[in-house]
Amino acid sequence: MKKIHVIASAVTLTAVMSTSAFAGATLDEVKKKGFVQCGVSTGLPGFSSADEKGNWSGLDVDVCRAVAAAVFGDAAKVKYTPLTAKERFTALQSGEIDMLPRNTTWTLTRDTSLGLNFAGVNYYDGQGFMVTKSLGVKSALELDGASFCIQAGTTTELNLADYFRANNMKYTPVTFDSSDETVKAFDAGRCDALTSDQSQLYALRIKLGNPDGAIVLPEIISKEPLGPVVAQGDDEWFNIVRWSLFAMVNAEELGISSANVDEKKASTDPNIRRLLGLEGIKGSGLGLSDDWAVNIVKQVGNYGESFERNVGAGSSLKISRGLNALWNKGGLQYAPPIR
Amino acid sequence: MTVHTPHPDLPPPTLSVGVLGWLRSNLFSSPLHTLLSLFAIYLVYLTVPPIISWVFLDSTWVGDTREACSGTTGACWVFVKVRMNQFMYGFFPESEYWRINLAFGLLIVLAIPLFIKKFQHKGKLAIFILVFYPIITFQLFSGGNFGLTPVETSKWGGLSLTLILAGVGIVASLPIGIVLALGRRSEMPIVRSVCVVFIEFWRGVPLITVLFMSSVMLPLFLPEGTNFDKLLRAMIGIALFQSAYMAEVVRGGLAAIPKGQYEAAEALGLSYWKSMGLIILPQALKLVIPGIVNTFIALFKDTTLVLIIGLFDLLAIIQQAFADPDWLGFSIEGYVFAASIFWIFCFSMSRYSMALEKKLHTGHAR
Repeated sequence: MKKIHVIASAVTLTAVMSTSAFAGATLDEVKKKGFVQCGVSTGLPGFSSADEKGNWSGLDVDVCRAVAAAVFGDAAKVKYTPLTAKERFTALQSGEIDMLPRNTTWTLTRDTSLGLNFAGVNYYDGQGFMVTKSLGVKSALELDGASFCIQAGTTTELNLADYFRANNMKYTPVTFDSSDETVKAFDAGRCDALTSDQSQLYALRIKLGNPDGAIVLPEIISKEPLGPVVAQGDDEWFNIVRWSLFAMVNAEELGISSANVDEKKASTDPNIRRLLGLEGIKGSGLGLSDDWAVNIVKQVGNYGESFERNVGAGSSLKISRGLNALWNKGGLQYAPPIR
Repeated sequence: MTVHTPHPDLPPPTLSVGVLGWLRSNLFSSPLHTLLSLFAIYLVYLTVPPIISWVFLDSTWVGDTREACSGTTGACWVFVKVRMNQFMYGFFPESEYWRINLAFGLLIVLAIPLFIKKFQHKGKLAIFILVFYPIITFQLFSGGNFGLTPVETSKWGGLSLTLILAGVGIVASLPIGIVLALGRRSEMPIVRSVCVVFIEFWRGVPLITVLFMSSVMLPLFLPEGTNFDKLLRAMIGIALFQSAYMAEVVRGGLAAIPKGQYEAAEALGLSYWKSMGLIILPQALKLVIPGIVNTFIALFKDTTLVLIIGLFDLLAIIQQAFADPDWLGFSIEGYVFAASIFWIFCFSMSRYSMALEKKLHTGHAR
């Protein structure tokens, strides 16, 4: 075992050292090659998926496009590297990709031991419940004695056990091997409720025979903040990715959208003028052109637009904003001011 | 005097000829058989009609959107139809599809003369297909020369990628496998031990590990900035892995050749390579055709494992399509489609090998 540890830490160390070797170079390199190399999921509804023409879209994909818009003024200058969950961090550590918005949960271990930095949170996910409407349940706390369809061997299973024990309730688990089997069983009425990450529940709901017959309950019993990741050691690039995301959130808060961004340039509100690069620090803080945020909003949209288009009301998933609403509307999306 | 005329033969009892007779002797010859037959018929009745109505009768073929399939209980082939180009060509730019078509069309045209008995230059043509054709195909796929737009390997995908991976594996593993098999039976200790170690190493690890190593570990050991193509890494991994298996299949053939053949070759004064090339290998390879084809079929199906390293072969690109929010919930159609494509290819390979065995059959069978 000890040997394995030594090898593992040696590998991590090489990774950390090799990534820090090119501090500050990512932006130059990206500019030189003319595109952002972006690692995304090989397919997750609403987050990254390719249409029949091979165009990628989704909430994670929009982060890549926002960074490309900020750097090049053109959101299309992105090349996508579809990655599986197991190879995603290596691809970043080895410099194969420049950034990784791939529904990756921000945890202490990942942040500290892999030579990576989380640049923000573009989706606050968490484990939730889906029940049939006919059950007449409005909250997870009314689920005492219910049977649950669960995928075996996942953290979902453990979270569920913790939640029910903490609330002194009982449940009957009905376990399956794959998520497809789980949803089939729920559809066939073999259990009262289905539990999984909330963003997944909405995608699973579409697969039901009668999607409108099921509802997703508001409770979330675990924290899964998903965000874009960059390699450690290049603060300039880290800032660009982080503030591209913040610019989208700030734009929504200030009421700037892809439709009205040009009109808003005439605004006298200093907050809006600073975001649009008309006064204040402009683009110099990030080493970008002054209209970097204008390009993001114009080509990708603000956070709310991106959300509605990919996972919200404008998509087939119809996920409600919930935790992902702006901080002043009861959610958690909060961006530091641009000044 | 009356002449005895033999009575004309009576026809056999109606129950022993025709359909009835066949049924009686094959399906209902004893109470146990009757019971089993009835049970089997019941199973067929339970499974086949629903499958047929799902696949054909109740299915939807026309339309371009998900809405076309609402309300049907059968399969929604619209999903497969809409994505057909992607399933075949991956993310290859649409304007460049002709290059893939040309590459595979060329292969078919080149391969036809090999099946014509009177054609004289089969050997030369085969060498052309094995040596120059891959170069032409590579140029067509990757572009960059002769005014073709470059297309990176990350855009390759679908059935064309599956065929490329399988093709590279097959073309590379047979010669490497033969060399390894000869090496393993060699009398030179270093050559022999190198071959034994190579074969046992690659046979001892699962293909999935090889692919993981190539995609996850290898980049960490390479110097920063050297980006050695992911597809190439996978191809090398598959080729080395399969050649170890091929070596063992060929060795089986070599071991089956009687010692007298080796001695006869030596007695004729043939050199090692001549005796192998002219006497031993032609006999040995013919003996192991079923084993070789078996390895090829396994290799063809094993190529789907590249989906775990994010390469979009046929299966992976179909699975990727399940994640499109506009087409959620059509996974069964996708998997059925993938299965039928794989079946067609594997079945044709096995039929071809049977034909080859018959053609090369020269009276060794007992």
